[in-house]
Amino acid sequence: MRVVIAEDLALLRDGLTRLLQAYDFEVVAAVDDAVTLGDALRTHRPDIAVVDVRMPPTFTDEGLRAAISAREERPGMPVLVLSQYVEQLYARELLGSGDGAVGYLLKDRVADVSTFVEAVRTVAAGGTVLDPEVVSALIARAPTDSPVSRLTDREREVLGLMAQGRSNAAIAAALFVTEKAISKHSSNIFMKLDLHPDDDSANRRVMAVIAYLQS
Amino acid sequence: MSTTVDLTRPVKGEGFRGGLRRRLALTGWSVVYICLAVPAVVLLCALTAGLGVAVVGVGLLVLLVFVPLTAQLTNVHRRVSGRILGQRIESPYVRGHGGPRAALARWAGDPARWRDFAWTYVSVCIGWAMAWLGLGLALAVVWYAIFPFLFAITPDGTFDTDYGLFVLDTQAEAFLEWVLMLVAFGLWWGLEPLVVRWRALLDRVLLSPSRGALERRVAEVSQSRAETIDHSAAELRRIERDLHDGAQARLVALGMNLGLAEELIDKDPEAAGRLLAEARTVTTSALGDLRSVVRGIHPPVLADRGLAGAVQALALDMPLPVAVTIVLPGRPPAPVESAAYFATSELLANIGKHSGARRASIDVSHDGHVLKVVVEDDGAGGASPERGSGLAGVARRLSAFDGTMDLVSPAGGPTVVTLEIPCALSSPKTSPSSGTA
Repeated sequence: MRVVIAEDLALLRDGLTRLLQAYDFEVVAAVDDAVTLGDALRTHRPDIAVVDVRMPPTFTDEGLRAAISAREERPGMPVLVLSQYVEQLYARELLGSGDGAVGYLLKDRVADVSTFVEAVRTVAAGGTVLDPEVVSALIARAPTDSPVSRLTDREREVLGLMAQGRSNAAIAAALFVTEKAISKHSSNIFMKLDLHPDDDSANRRVMAVIAYLQS
Repeated sequence: MSTTVDLTRPVKGEGFRGGLRRRLALTGWSVVYICLAVPAVVLLCALTAGLGVAVVGVGLLVLLVFVPLTAQLTNVHRRVSGRILGQRIESPYVRGHGGPRAALARWAGDPARWRDFAWTYVSVCIGWAMAWLGLGLALAVVWYAIFPFLFAITPDGTFDTDYGLFVLDTQAEAFLEWVLMLVAFGLWWGLEPLVVRWRALLDRVLLSPSRGALERRVAEVSQSRAETIDHSAAELRRIERDLHDGAQARLVALGMNLGLAEELIDKDPEAAGRLLAEARTVTTSALGDLRSVVRGIHPPVLADRGLAGAVQALALDMPLPVAVTIVLPGRPPAPVESAAYFATSELLANIGKHSGARRASIDVSHDGHVLKVVVEDDGAGGASPERGSGLAGVARRLSAFDGTMDLVSPAGGPTVVTLEIPCALSSPKTSPSSGTA
């Protein structure tokens, strides 16, 4: 799988490159600012771009903007955005930039190597991965009169993991229960949220959940 | 308003045309002064009557309405006269907030309000006369200029003038009035700047801050400077403590874990693995600590997106729907931006914690001089700076920038907090945005 990495700190850029190479990704370009990122994405057309939010020249949200405009140029291009901090505002902008194939994670999550690599693969495959911090904020702010409040604690937990882009099997493993229990929970959740589970792909589920929470 | 040119002073090398234009402008301002005397008369009567019957109580109601109106009119005069004199005439009022009772008490003790009152008298007699003189000088020129033509079209005898030595009664003689026109023009040319200048100076003397007001202002500024310094010193101490007890301690623990793991890696790989896993959790929490410290110093989203984006982000994090309307044609200076952000953040936190509100709104705008943030909620009301340290803290934070906080929160709600910070905006670019979060 071909990856473009954009990160202005050399230490982190090399670390990411090494890490992804160790998991058999092909790092076709590792750039350090938003302008060269745009060029690299156009020339290499990678399977996924891993982008830092804050980059030169302005050191603000350059990376995020570059990622969003790259997706305008090439709709559905998978982008995983990494950030020193997570902001709902940015998550929404990313989600709004097309149908899935986005990820938005705290940089810390890289330390959990296997989960991180899993996230890269999910996004590259067209899935959506949101940082647990964003997800918990999204779920926590659901107004008391919303259907989300009708969920049981366990169902909320499942919904949260679902929004992080995990498959039923992964959720089952995380909660130490059977996959069958999870599919029962998820059909309960869909019923309570009036969502129709036509398609069981992780991406569709996440998008439905997020769209619902944003409404 | 760019008022660096004193209209009453000749400009070097302005020439005849420039001088003429300047004097015409001054004549125009005389007309403005004359017109402004009309509301001044009304205010004079109302204030005098109001003060007269203040003991009965009805007078107080009159004063509640007319004292602010007087301030409005004198502010117009401050701007007009300031513009003519090419300098800014500062507003001298004592600032504060509170109900009508507090306002009356504050006005009674504020020399500036009494000077406003005195000004209404001076303005409608001496000031008005001077303004008429300013206009009259110009009217005289016009009068003598058109006199021969008026003489021609009016019936015989209407405009015959007896000058003692001779009587002007023929059309040819009527043109002699043009001599007077030249005299009048000379007078207008010479005196117009002086007359209007004196009229403007009259305003400046009465309406600009008195020495006492300036001294009070200096005291206020010193006080707010001292508070600001205290506040930043306390902030630095807090940051130092947070770093020392939080991130720094965790990094030490991390080092110890790694060192131990290094020792164990050959003897007991399983234990070493556990230590490494633990080390990873420690880095996560150290990063969490650092993030919250950074947020406390300067929120990253504020740096990235400015006040507009940062306020939207705040609204998104609220557990209730918050309607956000932001119209900012540029960015305020960084310290003001930061103060406005933290103040808004504190107000929203209050809404979340205490108000029991079901919805809220934030309105951010800038009228060219003042940044205004209005935060409203439909909660229980009854908020007061005396009850919580949060609101008092917001007011203190803003005072460093001459900003004010106005709180209206009757029991039962709704609560409306208005923050105003005088400042200019940089880089004029439009970034309006609105929406419901």
